[in-house]
Amino acid sequence: MSTVDASRRSVGVEETEEGIRAATRRARRRHAARMWLGRILLPIILIGGWQVSTATGVVDKFFYGQPSMIWQALVSLFTNGTAFGSIWFNLAVTLKEAVFGFLLGTVGGIIFGLLLGQNRLLSDICSPYIKALNSVPRIILGSIFVVAFGLGTFPKVLLAAVLVFFIVFFNAFQGVREVNQDLVANVRVLGASPLQVARHVTIPSALTWIIASLHTAFGFAIIGALVGEVLGSQAGIGLIIVQAQGHFDPNTVFAAMILMAVITLVAESLLSILEKRVLSWRPPSRTEAQAI
Amino acid sequence: MVGKKFAKSAPAATDTSHAQEAARIEITGLTKRFVTPTGEPFTAIRDVTFTVEPGQFCAIVGPTGCGKSTTLGQVSGLERPSAGSVAVGGRPVTGITKGVSFMFQADALFPWKTVLGNVMIGPTLAGMAKKDAIALARDWLRRVGLTGFEDRYPHQLSGGMRKRVAMAAALINEPRILLMDEPFGALDVQTKAIMQTELLGLWEQSRPSVLFITHDLDEAVALSDRVLIMTSGPGSIKESFEIDLPRPRGEVQDIRHEQRFLELQNQIWASLKDEVQRAYARTAGAA
Ligand SMILES: Nc1ncnc2c1ncn2[C@@H]1O[C@H](COP(=O)(O)OP(=O)(O)OP(=O)(O)O)[C@@H](O)[C@H]1O
Ligand SMILES: [Mg+2]
Repeated sequence: MSTVDASRRSVGVEETEEGIRAATRRARRRHAARMWLGRILLPIILIGGWQVSTATGVVDKFFYGQPSMIWQALVSLFTNGTAFGSIWFNLAVTLKEAVFGFLLGTVGGIIFGLLLGQNRLLSDICSPYIKALNSVPRIILGSIFVVAFGLGTFPKVLLAAVLVFFIVFFNAFQGVREVNQDLVANVRVLGASPLQVARHVTIPSALTWIIASLHTAFGFAIIGALVGEVLGSQAGIGLIIVQAQGHFDPNTVFAAMILMAVITLVAESLLSILEKRVLSWRPPSRTEAQAI
Repeated sequence: MVGKKFAKSAPAATDTSHAQEAARIEITGLTKRFVTPTGEPFTAIRDVTFTVEPGQFCAIVGPTGCGKSTTLGQVSGLERPSAGSVAVGGRPVTGITKGVSFMFQADALFPWKTVLGNVMIGPTLAGMAKKDAIALARDWLRRVGLTGFEDRYPHQLSGGMRKRVAMAAALINEPRILLMDEPFGALDVQTKAIMQTELLGLWEQSRPSVLFITHDLDEAVALSDRVLIMTSGPGSIKESFEIDLPRPRGEVQDIRHEQRFLELQNQIWASLKDEVQRAYARTAGAA
């Protein structure tokens, strides 16, 4: 990430090891300080600019909202609740839909990915249909699910699961296809059954791909749940958003957006921990690159 | 059942002649055709016939692409011959044969398993209890000089250390037959010599039959009882040389300067040179 050219700094001076180390440390610290300064300044400038331009009337806060009012809306969501019960209740509804959809889609994606990845005939049979299904706009599927299954939790779970499924499926499939055939030959010579080949070679090596896909997949699970709620529901953050939109209340929409962003970030960091644990065997350079 | 198998094969000295017979490799009229991507059949090896006696260390040398790996693939049972047959211990090979270990041309370690996990895989697949497998794997890591590296991952090892892990993983099952496909091909000269000496030491303890593929004539002569020369396109056995250097051979670097070693090496090179040149002319002509 930060390759520090220590030699350049001490031209003419003899480079002692201690000197290089100290210079490197100094350069690292300076870099970190600048990075944090930038990270703090960036949102202050953006949000401050927004606040100022709406306060002075350059931008109409009626349409675009205003940071201070977004904060009030956020506070109000927690103190006054919503038209559909407390904010915690609504968060729980959305989160439940997203998590169930995520689990369902992930399990389905892994199973189908592993099966089709290992069986050439099966994958050749299924591939045109999977491509066709994948090209269907998911929002339309959402409408169908709401019509078919009503306003409850199930259609949202289903929509989230479908969104997640394709992401995980394609990654698991590719992961199986990329398995090192030397390793397969290696365990087969040692007398491994097909099940043991899957357990010792195929699944661990596909896991790299699958876990990488889970980050994107969880974001999509949230989208699935929200879109499902927007299309028709009796509770949830999506419903709060639709209602706020109907009342020309952009501040509440933004507040709901912030809530979902926080949830996604938390889930993301949980997945990162999982990834670190499961993929601890990987050379560090690759995980570092992925952390960015 | 598996525990018994390990217990029985351990004391090599008490082997009956019956057990020794199980380590004979008989290859008769072996032919393998591949289908090229354009659908054309391609004969990789034709009519390969030779026998590896129990406990013999047999090297195969030949120009690149002559079908050495292909031959090994048929012996391991990973592939099926197009014609002819391979018999191990008098029984024709129709699938994966028990008691055969394979050390591959490419690095075939599991990147997601630790060194210990990599060495354990053989006994684990054979159904050994986890505790016993760990103890056995530790013992083998000690034998290849990797004590203290049990918890490292392969990417944290040097090339030579990775080869040691692969060697321990191949030998831990006490195979009666050891197939090695250019196991030390990617190593530097010094590391290679050390690994060769170690391999000889370990081999002399349990004496499996070995089929050892190499491009390195020095290696072939220094390690083997017998060196087979393969012709190319399609591959077949051209000549066989008995290597009558006394055993145990000791340090591989030292044998290299012995008179008999140089004689044998020259004879084999004379035979191989024609093949290499012919193979080169063909690929150069085709290009
Ligand atoms: N699966 C395959 N399909 C088609 N052709 C193959 C296949 N495997 C090997 N061949 C061909 O068979 C021939 C022999 O291959 P093989 O790998 O046995 O050579 P080799 O003697 O081991 O060479 P090297 O010393 O370079 O490893 C080569 O010409 C190769 O292109
Ligand atoms: Mg080869």
